[in-house]
Amino acid sequence: MRRLGVIVNPIAGMGGRVGLKGTDGPAVLARARALGAEPVSGLRAARALAELQGVAVLAAPGAMGAEACAAAGLACETLDGVTMDAAGTRDAARAMAAAGVALILFAGGDGTARDVTGVVGTAVPVLGIPTGVKMQSAVFATSPAAAGRLAARVMAGEARFREAEVMDLDEEALRQGRVSPRLHGVALVPEERVLMQAGKAGAVVTDEAALEALARRIAGEMGRGRLYILGCGTTMRRVKRAIGFDGTLMGVDVALDGRLLAADVSEAQLLRLTETTPATVILGVSGGQGFLLGRGNQQVSAAVLRQVGRANLVVVAGAMKLAALDPACLHVDTGDAAMDAELTGYIAVRTAPDRSAMIRIAA
Amino acid sequence: MSGTPKLIHQARWNEPVVMEMGVKGRRGIVFPRPETDAAALVPAGMRRRQAPALPEMTEHDVLRHYLHLSQQVLGMMGVSLFGTCTMKYNPRVSEALGLRPQMAEIHPLQDDSTIQGLLEIVHRFDLILRELSGMDQFVFQAAGGADAAYTHTCVTRGYFAAKGELEQRNEIITSIQAHPCNPATAATAGFKVVTLMLEENGYPSIEALKAALSNRTAALMINNPDDMGVYNPQIVEWTKLVKQAGGLAFYDHANFNGVMGRIRARELGFDACMFMLHKTFGGPKGGGGPAVGAYGCSAELAPFLPKPIVVKDEATGLYRMDHDRPDSVGKVREFLGNLHIVMRAYVWARAMGGDGIKEAADLAVLANNYMEKKLLAIPGVARSNPEAKTWRMEMTRYGLGPLKEETGLGVVEVGNRMTDYGIDAPWLSHEPWVVPEPFTPEAGELWSKEDIDLWCDVLAKVCDEARSDPEMVRTAPHNAPIGRVDGEAPEDPARWATTWRAWQRKRAALAQQAAE
Repeated sequence: MRRLGVIVNPIAGMGGRVGLKGTDGPAVLARARALGAEPVSGLRAARALAELQGVAVLAAPGAMGAEACAAAGLACETLDGVTMDAAGTRDAARAMAAAGVALILFAGGDGTARDVTGVVGTAVPVLGIPTGVKMQSAVFATSPAAAGRLAARVMAGEARFREAEVMDLDEEALRQGRVSPRLHGVALVPEERVLMQAGKAGAVVTDEAALEALARRIAGEMGRGRLYILGCGTTMRRVKRAIGFDGTLMGVDVALDGRLLAADVSEAQLLRLTETTPATVILGVSGGQGFLLGRGNQQVSAAVLRQVGRANLVVVAGAMKLAALDPACLHVDTGDAAMDAELTGYIAVRTAPDRSAMIRIAA
Repeated sequence: MSGTPKLIHQARWNEPVVMEMGVKGRRGIVFPRPETDAAALVPAGMRRRQAPALPEMTEHDVLRHYLHLSQQVLGMMGVSLFGTCTMKYNPRVSEALGLRPQMAEIHPLQDDSTIQGLLEIVHRFDLILRELSGMDQFVFQAAGGADAAYTHTCVTRGYFAAKGELEQRNEIITSIQAHPCNPATAATAGFKVVTLMLEENGYPSIEALKAALSNRTAALMINNPDDMGVYNPQIVEWTKLVKQAGGLAFYDHANFNGVMGRIRARELGFDACMFMLHKTFGGPKGGGGPAVGAYGCSAELAPFLPKPIVVKDEATGLYRMDHDRPDSVGKVREFLGNLHIVMRAYVWARAMGGDGIKEAADLAVLANNYMEKKLLAIPGVARSNPEAKTWRMEMTRYGLGPLKEETGLGVVEVGNRMTDYGIDAPWLSHEPWVVPEPFTPEAGELWSKEDIDLWCDVLAKVCDEARSDPEMVRTAPHNAPIGRVDGEAPEDPARWATTWRAWQRKRAALAQQAAE
């Protein structure tokens, strides 16, 4: 029997209404409570679960799942021995994966997504009910009801899956007014498929095939004796795999002559390597904000870019990802105003072999 | 016709496909047996080894079957504001002319002297399009808009090859909302594609264009307006910049209906343009049938046009096909193209007259803006590029994103339900879908105020139904001959089949798979 795993982070979203940027950590949660924050996560989770009548559920206990199920009129089996904190979320996800659930539906924000996917990786599909303050990750549905409906399709065996990046913001930086998303891993999520009209339009276009072909093209174009500094994220992982190694998903790797020269390098290493050897920096675009530099790839610093030269900066991103940027521009934040100013302007982002898109870079 | 939505009920005949309707030995016409051995008239190597597997049927059976099929059309014969297609009435007089032997029975290899009337139509229509565009020569070989865009990429290649610059000029610039045939044909012709994104005003910025232009630029290929309906007012500066960079500017006039007779491509600085005769000029369209993309260009590019060109000998007054064009790119299609559509477009243009064409453009813009007022009053409907404050032209991209957020029902379900009211499901959008749950209605100059009111009222009604009875809308259509089409099948190579033979083969494979 296919079962659905349900985990609710009961404190997610409490920081939002009272003007805090999230509830990562006990001190901030206490402040949120002192400011009169009310739990919202359980109510929103119940809204999603209402779409799942008749589905067999394995839920975390109490406010972490079972209560939301009851509120939605959904019978569920409950896990034992789960504490009401981040460690409990991880324990619940681990137990659900071991129990072979078809999907873990969790209510929370980016922090919760990190906890769940940090444990299950891509072994079990996950889907987020958006109840947090920060939701940078592509693992969330657009609304609680939409999450419920998509989960219902998974349980009916009708969904396809894709890999999605798990992002999180540095909350402390956010409170200081800096948006700083960082990639934390990859999750397997059901795809909200848009069915196109047959006839005038062809099949649904996704970035997958174009990026796969482009990764091979880029690998094939690489010259000998030249360093290739490869950024983080799933798009760059395609390039790394096309060259012939897995590399570091969340780190910056360096390739030379078709081999991995150095994995997960630091700024100091990059400065040393590029001092005497010509280099090209290849970067993907992070998440929905369109960050190019300064978010999770601080190793590629202003000093490194200055040494490599702006002309040797290559950006790779799917056309659909770029089309979804609102506004249609990329951001850089190297921490060096002169370098940011130098990078500002338009850049031809490679989207497929022989295809590029002109995008504005804003500091 | 009143503006009150009424449910209709369509025929549902539940007949098998014609290939399954035959009965052995049944015939439409019984011919007398030939007196000689007919098979001996065909060279042995060309004879069929097996008779073709055709259904054996009477003429009556066949006619009845196709009459039934013609009744199962999902609202297509109701009000169809199928956007980006510029749905127009195809006058019966043109159909009657098309059936006359001078059109229906000519052979493409007939001597020019025997088809003077037809060549005169081609030449006169060429002159009409020159008048509407300011170009110096048109050809009608291309069998559609995408084929005309391809013609442009071929002409571009020929032009720069002759200048010795083809190696260097290998990039074509287009925009993210130009019709997808522009980047596609550029790539087919071997060019690299540089895409400009739309910015806040609803069109790409001039700075993006400047950044994209270089000594590698071969051409700009662009619509104006595109399907968002926003006219780029900086277009003259755009073509100037392209020219300064040494490139050619091509105007994809797929969205000509709102600007007909009001602007001329050449005066805006374009070197070439194309018109779709099967939509803007009143020719029949749809079903992948015959179409014409009329491609026109400046005198500078004319030597590279596909050949032959129809020319008039002013001394004798006779028309002929000029094949002696050494710089021509050759052919993009056989002979002169789909001339019966050129004939229909000529009839349309002569019937409308210059003033009529201008009036039609104004009516198309007026109708769209009237419709926009009504559509934006419907809760659940959003407009593309909300920051773009200028008036939209002949069509606008909308989205049902807010309705989907609220009810979980989007444009596909809503479109299906609209067919229950006899309304053709709306055209959604070309890719990429930058607007969630997009739809793009286009009223043009054809549809009456009552038709437009009915269309908008049906949409409003279905949006209400999505809230009051979502299950009913989700499972629509209910009054149509078929239910919802499995949208995933066309993406699964094991299940799609474009021929009877492929369908039999794949059905057998799936059955075997199921048995194992």
